[in-house]
Amino acid sequence: MRLVLNLLHGNDMCMGSRAAEFARDFLNSIPQCKALGMELVSAGDGVVEARMPYRADLVGDPDTGVIAGGAVSVMMDTCGGAAVLSHAGGVAGTATLDLRIDYMRGATPGQTIRARATCYHMTRHVAFVRALAWDDDERPIATATGSFTVDR
Amino acid sequence: MSSGGAPSGREALLSAFAEGVPYVRWLGVGFDLRGEELTGVLRYDPKLIGNARRVALHGGVTAAFLEMTAVIEIAWTSLCSDPEATAPARLRVPKTIDLTVDYLRPGLPQDAFARARIIRWGRRYASVHVEAWQDARDRLFAQATGHFLMPQSGD
Repeated sequence: MRLVLNLLHGNDMCMGSRAAEFARDFLNSIPQCKALGMELVSAGDGVVEARMPYRADLVGDPDTGVIAGGAVSVMMDTCGGAAVLSHAGGVAGTATLDLRIDYMRGATPGQTIRARATCYHMTRHVAFVRALAWDDDERPIATATGSFTVDR
Repeated sequence: MSSGGAPSGREALLSAFAEGVPYVRWLGVGFDLRGEELTGVLRYDPKLIGNARRVALHGGVTAAFLEMTAVIEIAWTSLCSDPEATAPARLRVPKTIDLTVDYLRPGLPQDAFARARIIRWGRRYASVHVEAWQDARDRLFAQATGHFLMPQSGD
């Protein structure tokens, strides 16, 4: 996914109502995230966390009611790109180059899924990200690693 | 779905999957069948967009579409591998172990297509490569490789 700055800026967004408003606007500005009902939990310093409440229309296995892995991949990619933008490195925009997702287990039906991405290293042109998704049970649902472009 | 004629038992399983899995319907994915060759079709919808300012498909949607096409390719190939066997009551799909997606160019706000190729087919695991394009088949916007756990008898 491609993201541009001014949607997500710097480290001053974890606190206060301005930050909360900003966080809400950020995901609402992405049609796919809005459609999935994703909510931003926190963002700043290269770490972004989001949540997605359970919804029956996102089920990938009608027998068990488990949410589709594809919805989790949207969370991973979104949080990854947002983590790059929130890194204190003067990033003007970013796009996903490569994303690998490992699926450990199905999310428990009825529970909110959370995902957190960390931009752990950035060079002039490339940012490296890892991400984790889980539900009420803290054992991971999925992990991801990705590389992202850095537009300056 | 497929073109022409009443759907055979196997084709009916495929449409039952596309219509019966909520997320497949929500995303707007269908499967086009020519002979035994399967093409995933992602019908464009504004909710698939990942950034309102630079209008492009969300990378997570692209990943979901590639994964779905790979999963269905395995299920379909498995179904077609024994034409004499009685078709099961529903399509038996594998579980995704991992998926690695290369994003080659932005996904345009229009329909997308994907085709999967099974690289290795084992009793337990399958390795699949899948490619996605929009305007031209040889101008891919994304590709992926994934590992899948085969449906076991009794699943």
